[in-house]
Amino acid sequence: MMTKVKNYITSLFLWELLKGLRLTGKHLFKRKITVQYPEEKTPQSHRFRGLHALRRYPNGEERCIACKLCEAVCPAVAITIESEPRDDGSRRTTRYDIDLTKCIFCGFCEESCPVDSIVETRIFEYHGEKRGDLLMTKPRLLEIGELAEKQIAEDRARDAFYR
Amino acid sequence: MIEFLYQFISQNVLSPVATYLFPLQYQPQALYVLQTIVKILSIMVPVLLTVAYFTYAERKVIGFIQARIGPNRVGFFGFSLWGLGQPIADAVKLIVKEIVIPTGSNKTLFIIAPILSLAPSIAAWAVIPFDDTKVLADINAGLLYVLALTSLAVYGVIIAGWASNSKYAFLGAMRSAAQIVAYEIAMGFALVGVLIAAGSLNLGEIVTAQSGSFIHWFWLPLLPLFIVYFISGVAETNRAPFDVAEGESEIVAGFHVEYGGMAFSVFFMAEYANMILIAVLSAIMFCGGWLSPFQGIPGLEDLFSWVPPIFWLLAKTSFFMFLFLWFRATFPRYRYDQIMRLGWKVFIPITIVWLVVISALVVTNTPPWFVA
Repeated sequence: MMTKVKNYITSLFLWELLKGLRLTGKHLFKRKITVQYPEEKTPQSHRFRGLHALRRYPNGEERCIACKLCEAVCPAVAITIESEPRDDGSRRTTRYDIDLTKCIFCGFCEESCPVDSIVETRIFEYHGEKRGDLLMTKPRLLEIGELAEKQIAEDRARDAFYR
Repeated sequence: MIEFLYQFISQNVLSPVATYLFPLQYQPQALYVLQTIVKILSIMVPVLLTVAYFTYAERKVIGFIQARIGPNRVGFFGFSLWGLGQPIADAVKLIVKEIVIPTGSNKTLFIIAPILSLAPSIAAWAVIPFDDTKVLADINAGLLYVLALTSLAVYGVIIAGWASNSKYAFLGAMRSAAQIVAYEIAMGFALVGVLIAAGSLNLGEIVTAQSGSFIHWFWLPLLPLFIVYFISGVAETNRAPFDVAEGESEIVAGFHVEYGGMAFSVFFMAEYANMILIAVLSAIMFCGGWLSPFQGIPGLEDLFSWVPPIFWLLAKTSFFMFLFLWFRATFPRYRYDQIMRLGWKVFIPITIVWLVVISALVVTNTPPWFVA
């Protein structure tokens, strides 16, 4: 009986509504947490999985030995590899395509790679203006690798202890 | 300053126009019509600008409450200016877009509906007193006129829902109609309370009846009616938490699903113009309109005597406009049966009870409000 009367009175004086207004009113003056994206950026993990790249050894030899483990492990079937023996007898890829429209950026290709050839860089701000722009080919992947090699090597070194 | 500007325009623009364009015997009438048009524009243009910047304020305030920043990119001449160009950019975008008229719709009504929802909320400004002298039409039944026009706005919604020939739009219109009818009654009763307290239907006289001091305003003796009026106003304008008419979770966007481009933006403007109207009416009828809140306080009264009265009206109106945004950022949407219950079973009884109380207060000449 008493609780019923109490409920009536509190609802009649809009008590709960006022409490809600007080809460949102407090938030009005709180510090804003928006990150103003192009000018400000959130910190990235060194394990960030962004755009792919193919790496080379310091002597300029490409790392990929065409073992096709990445192609096999890729859950989205985004990788296509063709290979032939090179003149010096070593097995090398003649074709290494990644369809970025299929890729889910799981990082399995990088994990499966025995020679740390295919890696995912921290680059995430890229776009394609035609459909073909997102079908990465071997020369383009190698180019990205050359551009980002410093960062890639640094991140791999930082993570080496855990792998 | 406003008077000076008006005199200046009247003498240097309107009089020459009237003398050159019209034959001598019609010149006084022509001048009167021109002057009235200038007066109308001097109310309408600021109202529509306020509507535009109210949308900006809404996005900013709700953003701030949600710990975001809100629009801050679009500015003028390469300066971002906290996003002040946003409403203009939005307006340009909406004007340029195509208005799609559905094949199955009733084309005449489809076009009329948005106009019918915006026009009353602007027309109602004719009787709003900005000052003891500044009012466009000082008619003696101002309150009745306002009540009539605010109820007219529901036709825009109903006609839009019906003319669209779409299930969602029709459901939204039905919801809106039922809701507005329910809250119209409570709102009407609240206004009857104001009428009893002020003893006049003229909005200017309602304000002068509240003069004295902060506690002489009607918000105190009419507190329940004031709250009922404002909440009904929120329901009447289909704003959160009573915005089931456009419940996007069930009926996409309600009555204006089929509208695009400028036709949609007219509905949008009507909603905001209605909110501003409800805010200014609350300020006039319950919070002393243009009266200074420092009236009757020795010292402070003289300190603020230089402030033009219109400033107080605008300040009070802005506060109520802010309340609309604050509510939207705070309360979740009511369930439909709860809206109906609140309207019929809570608000109407409260207003009727308080009408008796206020009548008793008036009859017994209870100070400080109702001194014979």
